[in-house]
Amino acid sequence: MHHEVWHFSDYVMLVVSAIFINNILLARFLGNCPFLGTSKRMDTAFSMACAVTFVLGCTGPITWLIEKYLLIPYDLLYLETLAFILTIAVFVQLVEMVIRKISQPLYRALGIYLPLITTNCAVLGTCFLNIKEKFNFIQTIVFSVASAMGFGLALVIMAGIRERFNFARIPKNFQDTSIGLITAGLIGLSFFAFQGLAK
Amino acid sequence: MEGILGATVYPVLVMGGLAAVFAVMLGVASRVFYVEVDPRIKAVEELLPGANCGGCGYAGCADCAAAIVRGEAPVNACVASPPEVYEKIAKLLGKTVEAKEPQVAHIMCRGTKDKAKIRFRYMGIEDCRAAVLVAGGDKECLYGCLGLGTCVKSCPFGALRMGENGIPVVDRDKCTGCGTCVRVCPRGVPKLIPASQKIVTVCNNHDAPPTVKKICEVGCLGCGICKKVCPEKAIEIVNFLSVVDPSKCNLCGKCIEKCPTGAIQQILPG
Repeated sequence: MHHEVWHFSDYVMLVVSAIFINNILLARFLGNCPFLGTSKRMDTAFSMACAVTFVLGCTGPITWLIEKYLLIPYDLLYLETLAFILTIAVFVQLVEMVIRKISQPLYRALGIYLPLITTNCAVLGTCFLNIKEKFNFIQTIVFSVASAMGFGLALVIMAGIRERFNFARIPKNFQDTSIGLITAGLIGLSFFAFQGLAK
Repeated sequence: MEGILGATVYPVLVMGGLAAVFAVMLGVASRVFYVEVDPRIKAVEELLPGANCGGCGYAGCADCAAAIVRGEAPVNACVASPPEVYEKIAKLLGKTVEAKEPQVAHIMCRGTKDKAKIRFRYMGIEDCRAAVLVAGGDKECLYGCLGLGTCVKSCPFGALRMGENGIPVVDRDKCTGCGTCVRVCPRGVPKLIPASQKIVTVCNNHDAPPTVKKICEVGCLGCGICKKVCPEKAIEIVNFLSVVDPSKCNLCGKCIEKCPTGAIQQILPG
């Protein structure tokens, strides 16, 4: 499929695949730290999803450009991780500044998890996937944003469930992170049903 | 030559160039999105307890500190701080402290399991907020303590513990009067009272006398005997519940003697 001309339906398939079938969190299990950390409340989860979408929407294409026009011509592929992390760190800084300027309460609610997007493996993972799947520039943009939306969807679903944990009788040993991980596994299992969508 | 270029010069140039471009970008952005922060806000925030209890009415200690510095809140806005902290904040901002009587929480219910009647056996989630959702709670009294300890669990200062009789007890040394318990209790059983108040009607029931008589042995009937015997006119009956005005009360103890159910209690030694 990679070398042919892509039609609209191919892009739709790419988006559906990134959000449902190969969900970055629930099928690839990348980015679990913010997944468990910011999913206790719906509003924080939603803000985190927006922040990740913005960061990934920017860093995905930029890392692709860096790969294509700097690293490959100069044969520096061994610097890939370093260059990508640098790009991600810079954009996280940028998002932090913008959020701080625009919304102080949101800035405080995201707290430590905002700088942690820097080391969010969902972000770095998507950047690597763009390269590995040999996407062109447009496909990279679409896949990056769709992948981040998949991350956001999983985060919001998780927050919806975890908000109800307050009123659930959870055995003491399973409380908090343990039940969070079990829930994540069960959501992941149910997302496996989407595998049937792909031929 | 080509090998040296590829191994050293290019990597340094590429990474250095990338870093330089990003550095300039961030530098510009930090100017554009610069947020002025008053250094006094940070200083005041450090003086506050940091429990984020919300007793001051702001979203947290940081919010409260900002409001104090802006002058929107008084220097003693934090209900959970001791007076020394107010003085430190006042000194920092060049203001003076206005005296404010400290408050403590008191659980306004004595309806233990043997004294207050139960309508059914509640076997649900151990949380008062969940229990009131089931037919309004298991007690006949619709105003009394449900005894599942939601206030105990949510007290940010650990000042509440569950008494043996199923009614929480306030540790007055630890209680800061932040009012978190008042907010979380679905029935508003904990109430904030002045720390010096000695005589209190320990009941929260607003039902008429015959109803209270049927459902609780120790509830305030709202009969008004205390009001009649009080020589200082310090007691009012508000909606079938007696309320003691501590500024008028002289601790004569007549109301305590005459109260038919013992709802009026002396909570501190005279």
